[in-house]
Amino acid sequence: MSDMEKRDEHVFRLTRRKALKGLALGIGTMVLPAKDASASVWESFFQKNFRELGKSERRVILERLEKEYSARYKKPVRVKDTGPIEGVLYGYGLDLSRCIGCRRCVYGCVTENNQSRDPQIHWIKVLRLAKERGVDLEHSEQYYNPATVPEEGHFYMPVQCHQCENPPCTKVCPVQATWKEIDGIVVVDYNWCIGCRYCMAACPYGARHFNWKKPGLPAGEMNPETHYLGNRPRPVGVVEKCTFCMQRTREPDGMYPACLEVCPVGARKFGNLLDPTSEIRNVIENKRVFILKEDLNTQPKFYYFYSV
Amino acid sequence: MQKVWAFVRGCFLLLRKGSRLYYTWLSALLVLIAIGVFAYVNQLYSGLIVTAMRDQVSWGFYISNFTFTVGVAAAAVLLVIPAYVYQWKPIKEIAILGELVAVSAIVMCLLFVTVDLGRPDRFWHLIPKIGILNFPKSLLAWDVVVLNTYLVLNFAIASYMLYSYYYQREPNMKYVFPILLFSIPAAISIHTVTAFLFNGLAARPFWNASILAPRFLASAFCSGPAGMILMFQVVRKWTNFDIKDKAIFKIAELIAYAMFINLFLLGAELFKEYYSDTVHLAPVKYLYQGLDGHSALVSYIWTATIFNLTAFFLFLIPQTRENYVTLNIGCVLIFIGVYIEKGMGLVIPGFVPDVLGDFYEYAPTGTEMLVTLGIWATGLLVFTLLLRIAVPIMNGDFHVSDDGVNPHIGDQLFLVRRRDVVPEEDLDSP
Ligand code: SF4
Ligand code: SF4
Repeated sequence: MSDMEKRDEHVFRLTRRKALKGLALGIGTMVLPAKDASASVWESFFQKNFRELGKSERRVILERLEKEYSARYKKPVRVKDTGPIEGVLYGYGLDLSRCIGCRRCVYGCVTENNQSRDPQIHWIKVLRLAKERGVDLEHSEQYYNPATVPEEGHFYMPVQCHQCENPPCTKVCPVQATWKEIDGIVVVDYNWCIGCRYCMAACPYGARHFNWKKPGLPAGEMNPETHYLGNRPRPVGVVEKCTFCMQRTREPDGMYPACLEVCPVGARKFGNLLDPTSEIRNVIENKRVFILKEDLNTQPKFYYFYSV
Repeated sequence: MQKVWAFVRGCFLLLRKGSRLYYTWLSALLVLIAIGVFAYVNQLYSGLIVTAMRDQVSWGFYISNFTFTVGVAAAAVLLVIPAYVYQWKPIKEIAILGELVAVSAIVMCLLFVTVDLGRPDRFWHLIPKIGILNFPKSLLAWDVVVLNTYLVLNFAIASYMLYSYYYQREPNMKYVFPILLFSIPAAISIHTVTAFLFNGLAARPFWNASILAPRFLASAFCSGPAGMILMFQVVRKWTNFDIKDKAIFKIAELIAYAMFINLFLLGAELFKEYYSDTVHLAPVKYLYQGLDGHSALVSYIWTATIFNLTAFFLFLIPQTRENYVTLNIGCVLIFIGVYIEKGMGLVIPGFVPDVLGDFYEYAPTGTEMLVTLGIWATGLLVFTLLLRIAVPIMNGDFHVSDDGVNPHIGDQLFLVRRRDVVPEEDLDSP
């Protein structure tokens, strides 16, 4: 950054501070009910976009959130902000010839990622398709309910966020509340999203979900190991989505996403696309692979394949 | 500056004066607004769950109304162009009303997007520098920019003109004209950008057709003027403002052209969808025929289509266009027809079936309707108050008094039933 740019940056920050202060004094007092006007409500109200925060500012916010969540869910809650790992680009593989449509991944995801139980929010949708029609989304069924799976004549296709390389959802966001990280994971800053739902209209995979109501997350079922951009409890009125379990996968010991772990038939593969020896690379190089809605140029990093 | 304050003060004095009818009308609107506010507070408290929107259909009645009112606002150019560019006198006298319609309609647009937000408390994230406006990447950011520009333009033009008339001098066209000229592409741009908002989403084939923006403009140039024709008749019947038949019939003629283009473009789109018969046909089929037993929108769209067609013929034939009974029927048909077509008929089929083939049939809830009603009432209230100031000024019943400071208010009543509607011939003779 040149000196000129640095100075501009500085001026920009200053005017912004001032403007924020003005806002605080002006409308702030009218918008917020007095009895809730505790320090933390104010701080979160005036919090900046996550990407603009410095290290120490982040620390303060994470601590504030930890305190808040720990009190609300009556257990020690951790909120991380682990960044992307150098040289890693995540990819996911799904074996259509193995998936039996049991939907364990759906509920494994809910448990891990603190989705609302009432109303239910599912980041993974499993579609039931007729074998004779092939991948024909228009005749898919999400609400199938047989006594046992798999059913004769059908196959199953789980859909979740494809972490597009060219994501239409981030482009449309009017406030940059959602973006793609360098490890390919598309994230949402739940404290910055204004809930316009434009990104939901733009996503071709139905991967974004809105909190139409205050999320119902019982304290007992809350997973206290969380990430700021991932599975921490969400407020009402914002959008959320799958993040390839970044709270697990970005850790140095590299855990798999929860959906992969619970899959009883091993239909799910996950790994680093930049590592030629990874399992996901093996799948892409040796199996019959396809991606969904290829013509839209979203370039998903979620690959469907047939192992047999 | 002192003069500006004197003018503003005069306006406030004026707003408080009026007939019984004026007060009754304002009270009725205020009651509707109060109901709307009540419903909205409930929505704020419970979340958007009180609407019928869900993940599959993530935009609904609010955005439908938004789309329609942007069109109404854009249609003001249909008065501005003949009035100022072609200097056509009968319309020039009423062009200011068009600008006031635009101002009121934009206020409604902004309210419709605000009530649709999940986190209205974070609206300031959209303000450049304080928040982050994702400009130029996000079309919603574009919309924020052009809508506000257009609002400022129209408000500035109208208030400068009125201010000049109030001080009994001709507005200096050297200043007004460039802004007026600029307001023409601005009007086109608000509706184009709103069309692009939907148009740019490859995920939704129903909207992803390049014909969308022209269709938006064509239908806006039908519905906006149709509403204005009705409104003009009310204004000239209930206030001391004269509007010539000639002006009204001219606007009706323009509607006929616009409706022809609108119907033609619709035909072009239907042909492409049905003849090529690809997977993209599903939303169109859902809208016009129903699909796999889902047919919530079918009766609406056919009502709209029949209304639009009927109105087209009424406006095409000079005899029916210049007969107030058939003219008014036509205006009502167009207004409702386009309201359905550009509202529910455009927004909802974009989401049904959804991107994974799920059907969720959307119909607005009571909350959505009450909030919407409240916003329409707000629009009418803003418009009434603007008219309360504009009409007496244009008539010369409200101007600065001889002392040069205090206002002279000649029109104490504003809304009255006029007995003396002068026949057209007399108006033309000098
Ligand atoms: S799948 Fe949808 S939400 Fe995920 S990155 Fe692609 S467009 Fe965005
Ligand atoms: S809903 Fe939130 S994340 Fe999505 S586009 Fe709007 S502000 Fe951005």
